[in-house]
Amino acid sequence: MFGKIRDSLSKTRNNFMGHISNLFAKNDISDDLWDELEEVLIQSDVGVDTTLSLVETVKNRVKEEHIKQTDEAKNVLKEEMGKLISSNKPLELDRKRLLTVVMVVGVNGSGKTTTAAKLAWFYQNKGEKVILSAADTFRAAGIEQLQIWGERCGAAVIAHRPNSDPGAVIYDSLKSAYSRKASMVIIDTAGRLHTKYNLMRELEKLYKIAGKQVHDAPHESLLILDATTGQNAISQAKHFMETAKISGVILTKLDGTAKGGVVFAINSELDVPVRFIGTGETLEDIAPFDAEEFVNGLFENGN
Amino acid sequence: MFENLQDKLQSVFDKLARHGVLTEADVNTALREVKLALLEADVNFKVTKNFITRIRERAVGTEVTKSLTPAQQVVKIVHEELIATLGESAPLNLGGGSPKIIMLVGLQGSGKTTTAAKLALHLRRSGQRPLMVAADTRRPAAIDQLVTLGKQLGISVYSEDPSTPPPKICAKSVDVAKRGAYNILILDTSGRLHIDEELMDELRQIKHLTNPQEILLVVDAMTGQDAVKVAKGFNNGVGISGLVMTKIDGDARGGSAISVRAVSGVPIKFMGTGEKLNELEIFYPDRLASRILGMGDVLTLIEKAETTLDEEIAREGAEKLLEGSFNFEDFLKQLQQVKRMGPLTQILEMIPGMRDIAKQVSAEDAEKQLVRTEAIINSMTTKERKRPKLLNGSRKRRVAKGSGTSVQEINQLIIQFRQMQKLMKKIKDPRKRKGILNMFGLG
Ligand SMILES: Nc1nc2c(ncn2[C@@H]2O[C@H](COP(=O)(O)OP(=O)(O)OP(=O)(O)O)[C@@H](O)[C@H]2O)c(=O)[nH]1
Ligand SMILES: [Mg+2]
Repeated sequence: MFGKIRDSLSKTRNNFMGHISNLFAKNDISDDLWDELEEVLIQSDVGVDTTLSLVETVKNRVKEEHIKQTDEAKNVLKEEMGKLISSNKPLELDRKRLLTVVMVVGVNGSGKTTTAAKLAWFYQNKGEKVILSAADTFRAAGIEQLQIWGERCGAAVIAHRPNSDPGAVIYDSLKSAYSRKASMVIIDTAGRLHTKYNLMRELEKLYKIAGKQVHDAPHESLLILDATTGQNAISQAKHFMETAKISGVILTKLDGTAKGGVVFAINSELDVPVRFIGTGETLEDIAPFDAEEFVNGLFENGN
Repeated sequence: MFENLQDKLQSVFDKLARHGVLTEADVNTALREVKLALLEADVNFKVTKNFITRIRERAVGTEVTKSLTPAQQVVKIVHEELIATLGESAPLNLGGGSPKIIMLVGLQGSGKTTTAAKLALHLRRSGQRPLMVAADTRRPAAIDQLVTLGKQLGISVYSEDPSTPPPKICAKSVDVAKRGAYNILILDTSGRLHIDEELMDELRQIKHLTNPQEILLVVDAMTGQDAVKVAKGFNNGVGISGLVMTKIDGDARGGSAISVRAVSGVPIKFMGTGEKLNELEIFYPDRLASRILGMGDVLTLIEKAETTLDEEIAREGAEKLLEGSFNFEDFLKQLQQVKRMGPLTQILEMIPGMRDIAKQVSAEDAEKQLVRTEAIINSMTTKERKRPKLLNGSRKRRVAKGSGTSVQEINQLIIQFRQMQKLMKKIKDPRKRKGILNMFGLG
């Protein structure tokens, strides 16, 4: 994971934590430092409120703990940022059960289909037998897209015809998971904007269908979030959490220049752990998320 | 949010002494709020900074007029500057020889393929003969996606095996267009990162080989601060001539539009407003400006209201509401007005602060409820409408029968109606009263 983050970040010369490190390298602890810190955080989509409260917290701690060195102040910041996005909830995906059902959901184009395939690849390498379920019957050629990924990663894809009922696809996928003795089903769903009432209701229906077939399914429901997204990600997370019982977030496209700072904002408002990161367009470009390493890795790269 | 911003500014100015003109100190305090509002709407930090500088120049020394409060005045300036920054919509450049070529570029997942199909439809409707070119050979099944959309629309798609280099596909498609009497080519290229030098080079090759009239950067309206780097990257890498903002039908404030527009200097030409292929709109700067400020789509609403509402009826209703003499007869009149404006949830969505409520209401349920309520009131006699107290058990049964509803529903309606009346009587605060009048478009 470490290497992954570093790799992806090294592609960008001026990533934000690089800024931060430089900031702490040259400045004294002064108002200017805090102002610049605010700037850098906002520029990485951390959001106004979260930035202000984060900087306030760090400032107070620096004062109370009589910190004089910028280096120590930097560590306080790291700690506080880590706290914001760390979670001690275990990943349900890693728990052993007869059949684990995973669903990926999110807005259009966030990277659901690709991530579904990456997850299949990742867990197959861990010895799971994975079935991919093509429940995005709506997007033109969405099914073919998943089928191609299925071939590439060697997972069976259960699919119906375009525009058929996604519920029926899920039903079928879970049935055949039993008969084929698969241990994991990963369901790709159609992209939907969180503001579309009917589409969100549809998601609820899909959950019920999964739950009827397999006890407590879906065991993991992952919101796929494009790291390029700004403050709207908070609204996305809120709405998907309401209907889709989101158990975690996967942050995709971290190989760009965007740093997905909005996950800090999401976590200061909502309690939803980041589980994986996506760092490219091939099957290998996925890594489990570790809050401490994430923050650390981001910091180290700047030097 | 607009209300928020205006309220916030109001409270800022309330604390300041009244002057004849807006002083620098007044303006600075106000501009801090403006800055935060813009940042929250995802306008890039540096772009915001420049923007605020411009506003400051304009605002300082502005005379405080009688008709507008200082807060309203600042908001007005901000709104105007936003519109100026967003710029006017520009039509597609379709000059030069035939076939004309429109190339779509952008990040992965921004909506290029869907936009290609929408544009093709848009162009065919205006009498052109478009051919779509599947030049995204990288994303699995991207070619199939465009082919499928082409079939849906009955618009031809030129494609080759995904192992063919995209520049070659595009170059060949120009010959195909000439032979097939197509006059516009729409090139759907692969999504790519703005920092991917190799893939930027591919775009340059395509550009070199086809010499497009338009290179449109497709930008997701939900993009955050990075929009600036993306726009710069594509503009420096291949050069862009226009922008398309997509997924504007969500609740993103769309501040990235300001950012990309400011750093690229090219006009925003279209907005994607839904998944359906006819959901592509010419860009309107005023609407997007309102949205960035969180004004909802108030302008559209006001336009709609102006064309459909009878102001006299609205005023009468509002006044009666405030007086507490509003009865079912008035209620019915208002209902009929609202119905003329279009689907209820759509109207709710346009009102600032009501979007969340709109989301929780199913469109069908809301319409059904409206129809039932109307039926109930229609089944009352004029006397009953004016004096709901007359409605005893037997009258209610009659109304229920007449409207195909139940006594229970009628009771519910009466309870709701009384609660509303009570609520109105309680509103003594003149500002809130004004708010209600505003809601009726009578502020
Ligand atoms: N650079 C980069 N691109 C990614 C990553 N994950 C996905 N993509 C790309 O993003 C684009 C959209 O990905 P999809 O997986 O089709 O997204 P989706 O959410 O399934 O899209 P819809 O089903 O249309 O809503 C594709 O071009 C992917 O290759 C990532 O981590 N990095
Ligand atoms: Mg998909």
